[in-house]
This record gives sequence, C-alpha cells and structure tokens, in this order.
Amino acid sequence: MAMKPHRKKRLTAILSSVIGVAIVVALVLYASEQKMNLFVTPTEVQAGKAPVDRIFRIGGLVKDGSVKRSSSSLLTEFIVTDMVADIYVTYDKIMPDLFREGQGVVAMGKMNSEGVFVASNILAKHDEEYKAPEVLDALERAGHPVDRTKSKSEGQE
Amino acid sequence: MHAEFGNYLLVFAFVISISLSVFPLLGTFTKQMSLVYTAKPLAILFFVSLFGSFVCLAYAFFIDDFTIAYVAQHSNSLLPDRYKISAVWGAHEGSFLLWVLIFSGWTLAVALTGKNLPKLSHSRILSVLGIIGCGFVSFLLFTSNPFERTLPFYPVDGADLNPLLQDFGLIIHPPLLYMGYVGFAVSFAFAITALIEGEWNATWARWTRPWTIAAWSSLTLGIMLGSWWAYYELGWGGWWMWDPSENASFMPWLSGTALMHSLAVTDKRNSFKGWTLGLSLATFSLSLLGTFLIRSGVLTSVHAFANDPTRGRFILFFLAFVVGSALILFLFRASKVKTKANFSEFSKDMFLLLNNVLFISATFIVLFGTLYPLFADAMGKKISVGAPYFNSIFPIPLVAIFMLLGVGPLLNWKKHDFSKLKIPLLKIAAISVVLSLFSTWLLDRFYLWVFVGLALSLWVGLNSFYNLTLLTKYKKGLSAKLASLNRATIGMTLAHIGVVVLLAGVVLTSYYSVERDLRMAVGESQEIAGYNFKMKAVENVQMENYRATIVSFDIYQGDSMLLTLKPEKRFYLAGGQMMTEADIDATLSRDLYIALGEPLDNQGQVWSVRIYVKAFIRLIWLGAIFMGFGGIISLLDKRYRKLQAKDNQAKYNQAKYNQAKGNQSSDSQTQPDMAIS
Repeated sequence: MAMKPHRKKRLTAILSSVIGVAIVVALVLYASEQKMNLFVTPTEVQAGKAPVDRIFRIGGLVKDGSVKRSSSSLLTEFIVTDMVADIYVTYDKIMPDLFREGQGVVAMGKMNSEGVFVASNILAKHDEEYKAPEVLDALERAGHPVDRTKSKSEGQE
Repeated sequence: MHAEFGNYLLVFAFVISISLSVFPLLGTFTKQMSLVYTAKPLAILFFVSLFGSFVCLAYAFFIDDFTIAYVAQHSNSLLPDRYKISAVWGAHEGSFLLWVLIFSGWTLAVALTGKNLPKLSHSRILSVLGIIGCGFVSFLLFTSNPFERTLPFYPVDGADLNPLLQDFGLIIHPPLLYMGYVGFAVSFAFAITALIEGEWNATWARWTRPWTIAAWSSLTLGIMLGSWWAYYELGWGGWWMWDPSENASFMPWLSGTALMHSLAVTDKRNSFKGWTLGLSLATFSLSLLGTFLIRSGVLTSVHAFANDPTRGRFILFFLAFVVGSALILFLFRASKVKTKANFSEFSKDMFLLLNNVLFISATFIVLFGTLYPLFADAMGKKISVGAPYFNSIFPIPLVAIFMLLGVGPLLNWKKHDFSKLKIPLLKIAAISVVLSLFSTWLLDRFYLWVFVGLALSLWVGLNSFYNLTLLTKYKKGLSAKLASLNRATIGMTLAHIGVVVLLAGVVLTSYYSVERDLRMAVGESQEIAGYNFKMKAVENVQMENYRATIVSFDIYQGDSMLLTLKPEKRFYLAGGQMMTEADIDATLSRDLYIALGEPLDNQGQVWSVRIYVKAFIRLIWLGAIFMGFGGIISLLDKRYRKLQAKDNQAKYNQAKYNQAKGNQSSDSQTQPDMAIS
C-alpha cells in the first residue's frame, strides 16, 4: 500500500514521539524505583521494616538526655524516638541550628550492621515552631495525638 | 486609616477585575464597541488600585503599625528601614499582594502597548487577564488578606522579620521571580484569545514572542538570585538541591524555554501551531501549579509558606478551573488551527522540534519527581524524592539538548544541505574533545562527567562563534561584522553562551569542590585544597537588632597570607532566632567559604566549622545572568516593532475585506458561553 509522503512523515513523527515518551517514562520509573527514599518510623525500624542497604529517612523526637558529643571530632550520637521505640543515630557533620533535645528531627541515612542509624543528612528547619509533617506522622502512628494546627513553616520561596 | 484604605482598594480591584473579565469580552461578541473600549481603562484602574493598596501596606510597615496582624508578625520597630520595605513581601499575604501587583503590571503593559493589535483581540486578551486577575485578587481578599487587624489587643512590638529574609538578595529575588511566574499569563491570554477566535498564525506568534521572552528572562534571573541567596544566606553552600519549591519554579522555566523556541518556529515558518498553543497553556498552568505547591503547605520543604487548607483548596480549584477551561477550549478549537509541517530531517525546524521534545521530557521528569511524594502520601506511603533521583535522570535529556544545541542555530529553515556542514562540525567536535581532555588533565583528576560537560560546553560555545562568523562573512572588519548582527541574534548567542558557562560551572563545582565539616579550636590550622585556614580569634558584638559571635580565620596559601574571613553566628533579639552568616571570598575560579556550626565548649573557643573551597561556582550564576540578559537584548530587537506595524496594516486590510464580505468570519459567535466561562 502506497503512502503519501506527508502521511509517512507524520507516521514517523508519531512513532518516534511515542518511542521517546516510552523511553522517558521507563527511565523515570527505573530511577524512581532506585532513588526514592522511604520514610520509616522508629517503631517500624525496630520491627525490621526498614530497607536494608538502602538510604531511607527516619523521623521523631530527639530523646531528652541522649545527645553525646565526641570531644575530638564532630561525631554526635543521639536517640530518635517516637515514644515507643528508640533508635540510635550517629552523625559526623555540623548539626542544624535547630537541633535540640526534645525537638523534632528528620534524618536521612542507612542502618549499619550494629543496628545504628548512620545519618548522612539531618534536615534543618527554619522555624522554632515548625515540626516536619513526618515527625508529626511518626508520633501519631506510634499513638500520640498531635495538634497539627500548630505545625507551620515559614519563609520565602 | 491606611489599612482600611488599602483594604477598600483591594475590594475595588476585585470589582474592577470582575468588570474587566466580563464587559470587554461580552462586547466583543455582541459587537458593542462601547463595551470593548472599556478594557484599557479598566486595566489601568486595576493596576492603580492594586498599586495604591501595596503602598498602603508598605506605609503600614514603615510606620510600625502593629495593629495590622501581618505587620505585627513580620516586622519589628528595631528592623532597619530597608528591610521594613522588603518585609512587605517577606511572608505569604504580602508576597501575594506583590504577586497580584506585578500581575496587574503585566496587564497594564499589555493594555498600553496593544495599539498594533486588532481592537477585538486586544480587548479579549485583557479580559482573559481580567479573569485570571479576578482569581488572584479573590484569593488575596478571601483567604490571605494582609490588612487584617489585631485590634483591640494589638502587640506593643512586632515579632520581627525572619532574619534569613533580612538580606539584599531577598529584596529583589521575589519581585523578579514573580515577574517570571505571572508573566507567562500574558502568553496564556494570547493563546486563549487565539483559540476563541479560531485563528493562530505567525502574526500571533510574533506578538506573543516578546512577552514570553520577557517573562522567561525575569524568571531566569529570579531563579538565579534565589540560588545565589540560598548559597550565602543559608550557610549551606549549595546552589541547587532539588527542593520542591525550587522545582516549582523550574518547571515553568523548562516549559517556558520550550515555548520560547517553539514560538520562533511559528513566527518564522507558520508551523508548530497547535504545539505552541499547547505550550503557552501548559507553561502558565505550571506556574499556577508551582503557586499551589508553595502556598498550600502540601510540601515538605525547607521554605514553603505557612499552611492553611482553605488556601490550598482555593488555589487547587482555581488551577482546575484555569487548566480545565483551557484544555476544553484547546480540544475543541485547536483542530481549527491547521499546520502544514513541511521540513526535512535536517533543518532548523526539526532541531527545534527535538529541542521541544527534550525540554518537555525534562519538565516531565521534574514534575514526576515533585508530585510523586504527594500521590504516595495519598496512598499512605511516605516517600521523599531528592537529588539522587534527579541527578541520575535529569542529565540524560540535558546531554541530548546540548548536542543538538551545537548544530541547531547553524541550520537553515526547512532544509539544510548537511554535506557543507559536515567538515566544520567534525573539526569543532574534535577540538572540543581535545580541549576538554586537556582541561580535565590540567585539573589533575579525570572525571567522566567533567569531560562530557566541558566537551559539550566547548561544542556549543565554539559552534555559537562559528555561527556568528557565518552570519557576518560578507562584512569586512570586526566592527562592521558586529554592527551587522541584529539584537535577536546577539541575544540568542549570549543566552546560549550563558548556558555553556552554566554547564561548565555545574560540572566543575560538582567534582572539584572540597567540603569539610570540622571541629576547630582557636589557634588551630587546617589544610584544605592547598589553602591553610587558621582560626584566629572569637569576639562577641552587639548590633542594631542582633547579637553576634564573630570568629575570624586567617587564610594562607603557602607562606603568604591571603585574607581574613569572619563568619558570624547571630542571635536575633526580637524573634530569638539563630542565624548562620557565612563569609565568602569569591573569585571566578574558586570561592573560599566558611560558615559556623555551633560552639562545642563552654568558653566558645571551640567550634564546629564548615569550610568549603568551591571550584568555579560563580560560573553558574554568571551563566544564568548571561541567559537572562540575552533574553532582554533579543527583546529589544527592532524587528518586533517593525513587523508589528506591518502586521497591523495587513490586519486592517483584512478587517476591511471582512466587513465588505458582510461579516461572515464571525466564528467567534459560535461558542460565546464557553469563551466567557
């Protein structure tokens, strides 16, 4: 069957864009499978639900009296808790300004073989009143009602 | 008094925007010219009332009127005057007032410069802008009124502006950014009007082009300022972190870039019409999506605005309304806009088509990464998508874009004889690869991405210059050659050189920067990337509205002392916030960057310190500045004005002809109700 030249051109154009879209979608799905970070609460970590050998995030409160600093390096150890389970966390970089005992914190990192969470990043928040939605969520999932109207962040875009 | 007046003006602007959305549009269908002619005065009134309202709020800040809740929350009597003014847009309500004011500014500009447009189209465009403006003003008035009072129990002093925002970068970043965001409303309104009229041709594209370029340039510079601000003010030393609020501005930027290039094809070749229309609609929709993401509080972001569900719902409905009606209009009317695509595989048309496909892919990648966590959250799964996702996938379309960008500008429209370009292109490719290898060798360590990035930069850069030599080959002497270039070409070349500089900056800073978080005591030294940082002294000072600890560092290279950096840790008295003030020594090839963490002993003599030697990071912002100014220069091209005048004449003749034919071309009357919706 003969095809008119411009029809043929249009068909090529449509086919190539379909293939292009398919490639993009495949790439996106592949990357998202590999590169997205799950959020896990301390209770879930203790129940063994944390991803193995993958970076993920945990959130909760910094347990009172748990922060220990090394006297020779920046290494800091502390406990993140959702009031049910406690997870030991280590971090060897500069702490964000708002890191305090009793305050909310979100940490990104991996579990090591001893069951300690080695954080590669502690998320900084700009406002004293602010609690990350993840922190509130972790507390809520562990059975502590939280007042969400107080949660607010502020700043510019 | 001023608060009430400002509020009245807002209400007035609301009424005006409703009139602007209804009357001129109605008039264009009922052929009542008296209604059609209301568009321009209404647009002017719209701007004037919002400007007045803005001045009232600024005045309230200036005189410390803490009976206004917004002022009380975001200012303080100790705040220096220049920040009292910028505090007007330091938080949600005021910044949205600025947003609407800038939007009305664009509307005013369209009203005042539309002399060359056919009267009916001009009024329709203004009406569409009126509809959008009505949405914005009602959002402001009903969910985010900046004039609400704290009476009767008003505070004695304000809670202070977030110290992060007490900065020069924040005075100019939001206005420029907003100019970009809402500027795309103009091309949106042009596209809607073209769809209503069922006619979209090269003339339309030519009118839209300067507006789109203007919005794009503002957005480019706005994003650049935001990146620069975050780098020095957050004490974090990065320039982009794929934060959702960054992505919110990056999506319309990517889509706007595609639009700008697609408009060039429609302008010059009268093709890609449906495509261009679709992109005009999509770009502004992405602007609105960005607004929704940032202002609704749905995002986990370091800097999203205060969250209030009614605001989120309002914007979501508005977004659905705008996107929905645009989409319906597009589906029903775009088929009327026929395109006869007629070009070969090797032509400027083809390369610009590929440019569009790649930019849209890039937009999709960012869109997916930004929205996926929201959908996952709705499914009960908490997920974050950050730099690892974007960094692994975003470079793929980017590499393809740069490969094509080297060739595209050299080609003729419609068809190009490749055999003539083959040899010079091969030569340039070879030179790029060799030079890139040489530079990576100079930088003493080989990274594949640096090699690829630099080779692509050189490829595009050298081809841009080759293109200039081709364009001016019949002129003798450098000054004659330069004089023969039109501003559109100069602007385009500058913008493309900007992209090259930016890319080089990105790969170099990503791979050659050295970053250390350290524990340091007074008197200690650290050797980092060939520099010796010595912590010299700690002092405490009391300033106008904060207390600061200043730690000074002497920096040596070899035996000679280069300079002293004095990073600060500030404690703001009114709000009680801590602030990290980095100190930076900037040169083109490297930044020395020091930020303080926290004191680690009781005497404050030992600190956690962040010391960075950032390689070539300035190139990133320099490149973005080139891009923005490239856009502005091409905007000044005489061609637009000349051609507009010519089009005007043609349109006039066409209108005469239509009139003579007895007004048969009134296709606009077929679906008036849809047009008004």
